[in-house]
Amino acid sequence: MSGAVVLGAPEPAPVEPGELTARSRLLGTWRGRFSLSVLGFFIFLAIFGNLIAPDDPTASSLDILAKPSWAHPLGTTEQGSDVFSQLLVGARVSIVVGFAAALISSILGTTVGLAGGYYGGWTDRILDAVENWFLVIPALPLMIVLARLLDPSLTVLIAVIGLTSWAGTGRIVRAQVFTLRERAFVERARALGAKDRYIIRTHILPNTLPLIFANTVIIVAVSILAEASLAFLGLGDPTKISWGSMLENAFSSGAPSAGAWWYVIPPGLCIALLVFAVSLIGYLFEDVVNPRLRDEDPAF
Amino acid sequence: MAPLLEIRDLRVTRGAHVLVDGVDLDLAPGEALGLAGESGCGKTTTALAVMKLLSPALKQEGSIVMRLPGKGPDEQINIHKRTEAGMRQVRWRHVSLVFQGAMNSLDPVQRVEHQITEAIELHARGGGTSQFEARVAELLEMVGLTAGIGRRYPHELSGGQRQRVMIALALACKPSLVIADEPTTALDVIMQAQILELLEQLREDLGLALILISHDLGVLAETCDRIAVMSEGKLIESGAVEQIFEHPEHEHTRSLLASLPVIGGERGLGLR
Amino acid sequence: MTSRWLAAKTGAAVLTLVFVLIFNFFLFRVMGDPTTQLARLPNSSPEEIAKLRADYGIDKPITGQFADYIGDTLTLDLGISQRSRETVWDEIKSALPWTLLLVGTGTALATLIGAWMGVMAASRRGTKTDDGLLGFSLFTYASPEYWIGIILILIFAVAIPILPAGQQVDPGIEFSSFFAEALNVAEHMILPVAAMTLMLLGQYFLIMRSSMVDVMTEDFITVKRAIGLPRERVINRHAVPNALLPLVTLAAIQFGAVVGGAITIETIFSWPGLGQLTFDAINTKDFPVLQGTFLVFSIGVILANLLADILYFFLDPRVQAR
Repeated sequence: MSGAVVLGAPEPAPVEPGELTARSRLLGTWRGRFSLSVLGFFIFLAIFGNLIAPDDPTASSLDILAKPSWAHPLGTTEQGSDVFSQLLVGARVSIVVGFAAALISSILGTTVGLAGGYYGGWTDRILDAVENWFLVIPALPLMIVLARLLDPSLTVLIAVIGLTSWAGTGRIVRAQVFTLRERAFVERARALGAKDRYIIRTHILPNTLPLIFANTVIIVAVSILAEASLAFLGLGDPTKISWGSMLENAFSSGAPSAGAWWYVIPPGLCIALLVFAVSLIGYLFEDVVNPRLRDEDPAF
Repeated sequence: MAPLLEIRDLRVTRGAHVLVDGVDLDLAPGEALGLAGESGCGKTTTALAVMKLLSPALKQEGSIVMRLPGKGPDEQINIHKRTEAGMRQVRWRHVSLVFQGAMNSLDPVQRVEHQITEAIELHARGGGTSQFEARVAELLEMVGLTAGIGRRYPHELSGGQRQRVMIALALACKPSLVIADEPTTALDVIMQAQILELLEQLREDLGLALILISHDLGVLAETCDRIAVMSEGKLIESGAVEQIFEHPEHEHTRSLLASLPVIGGERGLGLR
Repeated sequence: MTSRWLAAKTGAAVLTLVFVLIFNFFLFRVMGDPTTQLARLPNSSPEEIAKLRADYGIDKPITGQFADYIGDTLTLDLGISQRSRETVWDEIKSALPWTLLLVGTGTALATLIGAWMGVMAASRRGTKTDDGLLGFSLFTYASPEYWIGIILILIFAVAIPILPAGQQVDPGIEFSSFFAEALNVAEHMILPVAAMTLMLLGQYFLIMRSSMVDVMTEDFITVKRAIGLPRERVINRHAVPNALLPLVTLAAIQFGAVVGGAITIETIFSWPGLGQLTFDAINTKDFPVLQGTFLVFSIGVILANLLADILYFFLDPRVQAR
């Protein structure tokens, strides 16, 4: 019935003079360019890592915990495998799990936030209570419990991380929907008889997307760290090599005490660099999530 | 008599953007000058410039000179030449500030008396705790508050009380000039009248010069001797109160006057 | 002084606690039936499984099980560790103080140093100092804390062996006095605490910095400058006390990260706390212990938030009036 009603294009979010576009933030600042390059590099590794790797990362040899050499630029593991090859291949798990879990987390959080924020009433109260609960419960212990109860695999990891981190997005989206709900263009649309779903889809969601995007970037960083921690604790996918599992193997085989710096430093460094780059991108969009940060003149 | 405050060609810029564009102002000792104009015209920026409190992102040019009564010409205070350290001796001692709204003009986590004492102590030459306490009580009484108010935190006071505290604070070091930026904007009409009356009274008793900033010409008409009108960073008109109200020259002044509500009358230049 | 605000916060904490208990119950009973885990042992006959179910009380209806669970939890009967055969509560009891020592010291240091760095950066906003501190903090945030721990071991316990690589005391030594033993513990504490501090430093720095930047744009700061107070005094006596308030609240919200860090750092350093206990329980699939530590961790976060609320109450006079 209401399909015939033409309500016009959704009202765009007001663009303040001088407000930066995503492009200018990412490509116009050296921080943006640096982060994008690093991220691009690791995504490249995630796709082509196993093709570039000089050795089979799972191939063991008698050359255990050997120092870096021409044959093995980053030395060997406790099983005699080539550290460098493992490092290249390990990028895939971090990138895949990081982005997939963040996607799930964002979708879940956005759905809950939209539903609670728009419909209000009891729907909101219940969803809000659930949300608050997830925010209070410590993340890693919850992930440990969930991962241990299930059999470890990449899918389980993605699900566990996604299901424990959605609440932050939910809260931000909900707050935004509250403000938007009262705005004139929504009132107009309702008065003209538009269905809730339509309003949410064409009016509320587009105005919330920048917020969701900026927040998702941060969740990617958090997810990458979460996967690494779970893998380090032995809850990762045993069939896949990841930077976290490299650190797990290194630690449990006594590599630190043996002084095998070539084995323990690179995987952690890769995690740090990747998360640093992603977080830096998130930082570039910080004022989208928190409008109070629009740069005022320094006081003194 | 030499003017107490003499501003010549004051310019304030943020990069290419001009906030105050060549403003000249004179203020005689004990005179009340009203600075009027719509929001964003540069009134507050001018006030902050006098005390050199602008953000380091802004550039300030032009001369600002204070001549204190009873001091010779070689003892004049060249504000525009003073360093930050030099300004700290001028601030509050010779010129002080009352901010708009007073909602957040006091430190929320400290008691009122502590904040007034801090100002007194800073500029006092000697004197002990009991003298400071006495002075705080004296100041609070001057603005019509009981001494007990001192023990309270800012959030425990009403809007009108907070504004009075701000005025008491501004008088703490016996300045010759007080700049009041929208002192009545956040208050209801009755409190507005009370505060204006208080300012007028204090002016008389203490011989204060006053720069009163407001977008509301009605407020200025009550207390001021002269009025200067600003628009978009420029000073467009100035003169005695009666002159401005009866024979406004500039179009902008006219529209400001036209926006004053008149009880029982139509909107427009229906002023008597 | 009484306060409705504080009472409300305590009430909310208790309510959250109740929800945690309920969730804990459903998570372990409904999601993971311990007998199925145990029954993965080959050759378990149906009679043995039935006996296990009766032992664990799983043959009762859910409401009965829940009542059992609540009763047991309140009397601190959290089951028996499948690995060590000690009671879960005993294991937790002996591990808890070590975790508190590590977490308490680390958080305190991180707050002090991080807040100080935040004030420095905010008052030099936009300068190289600020940029440098921001970069440093972002990097420590991005670095896995267990990796930092490993590097610390590499440098200070292997390359220049001046500190111990793990555990809380030198094993097998008889100490002449409590003081001597405490000193030995302190020596063993240095690296784990350093790892924990570095992990949290970045977060607290960022919070304090943005809190300071917010406060410094407030009207009352301009007034304090107008009074003629020197810059340092305006910052230290007026900006900082106000900026600490959001720091307390926001740091409490992020307390879950502290717990996560405790788990991995204790693992690296073989520090005999709840984290180490959890790690062992993961490897041996010791569900009673996992359930117990999860409960303690959750309670810990709730308590930490409540403590932060109490601290906030004493710092902010505006809240005392409510």
